[in-house]
Amino acid sequence: MLALIGTIPLQNLPVISDEFFIRDGNVTIGEESFLLHRGFPAMAGAAAIVCTELGLSPPIGFTVGDIGLGDGSRRLYEYLENRLADLPSTVLTFHYLMPDIFWHNQVFRAIEEKIKRPVLIADAGFMYVAKMSGYAPSYDLFTPDIGELAFLADEVAPHPFYTRGFICHEEDNVPSLISRAYRAGNASKVMIVKGERDYICSKGRIVATIEDPCIEPLEAIGGTGDTLTGIVSALIYGRYAVEEAAILAAKINRLAGDLAHPTPGTQVSEIIMHIPMAISMALKKTYKKQDESQEQGPHMSRHSKRPGFPLKI
Amino acid sequence: MGPPPELRKGCDLVIEFPLVEQLNILRVLEEKKVPSIEMVPVDSPLLKPIDLFKTKDYGNYIMVRAANMKLTVEKNTLKIVNISGGGCPDVPYIAEELVGKTLREAPSPKEIGHTLCAYALHMAYEELKKKCSL
Repeated sequence: MLALIGTIPLQNLPVISDEFFIRDGNVTIGEESFLLHRGFPAMAGAAAIVCTELGLSPPIGFTVGDIGLGDGSRRLYEYLENRLADLPSTVLTFHYLMPDIFWHNQVFRAIEEKIKRPVLIADAGFMYVAKMSGYAPSYDLFTPDIGELAFLADEVAPHPFYTRGFICHEEDNVPSLISRAYRAGNASKVMIVKGERDYICSKGRIVATIEDPCIEPLEAIGGTGDTLTGIVSALIYGRYAVEEAAILAAKINRLAGDLAHPTPGTQVSEIIMHIPMAISMALKKTYKKQDESQEQGPHMSRHSKRPGFPLKI
Repeated sequence: MGPPPELRKGCDLVIEFPLVEQLNILRVLEEKKVPSIEMVPVDSPLLKPIDLFKTKDYGNYIMVRAANMKLTVEKNTLKIVNISGGGCPDVPYIAEELVGKTLREAPSPKEIGHTLCAYALHMAYEELKKKCSL
């Protein structure tokens, strides 16, 4: 099971747990339907599309309304604390939730009680609190942008709002911020650092950079980081190794962006609908490269070590 | 200001004041319905909010980033076209309220937000207004 956990910006929406689907251009869960706008709906929508394309069962959402007061987040944390240990999830992705150290630790302990530990992914508010709690290295994947990376690299900042000024958030400073975040024990095992160039890092090392296609307006478009998190979560659920899924997701997200011919005024919903085509394009490129490397002799591509997975393209 | 590590709970804001003013400050906070969670003496420097802005010019659009928050407007109309970044639950809510409105007519993020991400977004919003001479 791929479980997606996050809040919807609505008041009075109770805790809902059900499958996510895409219907009529919206993302639905139970009886509720949400526009594919930035935030948790964009993440869940992207994950649902990838699951459909890969022939996987739909993601299961755990959500609640919260407009920033933290009341909904607390209800959802409490709900999860009592259920996570028994949830048959293989991948757990935490997203827009009010950062709260107490509740993070309650939920984290419930996960630790599971017999088989799921792949743990954190983005947005839950990534902030995962760092703040000191448990960052126990997570399999974080997906920070450069501002958030600077926060992870700052040993003392409890929130990106307090990142110290001398920790420079410039694109050309990313490798040193990555090293600093890993050295301080504030990074997950694998990270996707989103920016003009996406950096995929594993255990302190940059293992890949993705810069094609280069679409400058994507940084301005709210929700493009959310779609990346949704895509990578679904790929990991589809049995890709975390590192490999990170590389492929970064490519798919860029291709979907490129297909939308975006301006800084484009909305993320216009990009999400191009994800199926982007998956197809990215996988064709990956397979072509694998085939070429296998034809060249004994050198094995890292991708070719991947076990079979239920792709339907 | 940011709290020292032993007091951190999550999305936190600390108000620093001279100890002799404690009773007055408490009274004002309670009158304003923002009672404090704890009051403690501190002797080490507290963390300051970020005050650096990055601006990106896209030709017809301009984007300002403050900490983890990015706000983009169309230059001709001053319409807010996108809000990106952030992780607290009010960010998508504020985006719903602001995107599509002009800088003049949109409510300020500080007015409708509740978290540090909203505060960072408010700083980007103020910086954009300054850049657009509003």
